[in-house]
Amino acid sequence: MQLHHYLIFSALLFAVGLAGALTRRNGILVLVGIELMLNAANLNFIAFWRFSADPQAMQGILFVLFSIAIAAAEAAVGLALIISIYRHYKTTNLEEMNSLQG
Amino acid sequence: MQIPFAIIAALTIVAGIAAMSLRKLVHCALCLALVFAGLAAMYLQLGAQFVGFAQILVYIGAVAILVVFAILLTNSSSSLLPTVRSRSWVFGLVVAVLVFATLVKVILASSTVAGRSLPENPLPTVKDLGTQMMTYYILPLEVMGLLLTAATIGAVIIAMQEKKPVEPLKPGSAGAPPTHP
Repeated sequence: MQLHHYLIFSALLFAVGLAGALTRRNGILVLVGIELMLNAANLNFIAFWRFSADPQAMQGILFVLFSIAIAAAEAAVGLALIISIYRHYKTTNLEEMNSLQG
Repeated sequence: MQIPFAIIAALTIVAGIAAMSLRKLVHCALCLALVFAGLAAMYLQLGAQFVGFAQILVYIGAVAILVVFAILLTNSSSSLLPTVRSRSWVFGLVVAVLVFATLVKVILASSTVAGRSLPENPLPTVKDLGTQMMTYYILPLEVMGLLLTAATIGAVIIAMQEKKPVEPLKPGSAGAPPTHP
């Protein structure tokens, strides 16, 4: 098992999340795509930590733990924003939220 | 070690593609939980037990449930849109493929990554992790707690139902004017 297997898997997951975030028109699904990209980045941290010369240095794990906490906060605020927008516009379709469009 | 990785990777990628392409949002949320479970299995397979279980607790237990609640509260699964893709979906797909191609090119060209295999050094235990977190990383940990508190209170305030004033205030009364018109 080598490092680049994990990195390519993580890149594929990142690309899937990016494609979802750019192609879906529902706001919730766009947030889900962003979560997938964050998770792919976390997997990179864990893989680099595991394959590093000194796994006793735990920066990789700790970075991922803090990143998971940030992602949880981000998901809570993002979904609250989506719910709040839904109350105003009665839709979660991002293409209809164009009030700020010039 | 090859076969578990292949199984977990295939399951996770298929679930990820399904989560991003299915029509019904509830199915997307279920596939999302499957992606998170696959990633947790990947962390466990890499020897990061604590992160794997934190992933299960936080992502499957909290984020996926939040997504399901948002889907139910916005009632967007019942609306029948003609298509789920945005108008510029070809552009988005091209960008994603380009990003993937660039990442793979860089990974395969890197000399630090190439041919690196698992070191034999012992892995740190959860006790080491806790000691580090409570000593050297205590300030980031506290800041993280503060951020989580602020973010969750902010999320509640943002999503709270705005109350309409029940009866108009009499002119000249001492009550505060309605702040939410």
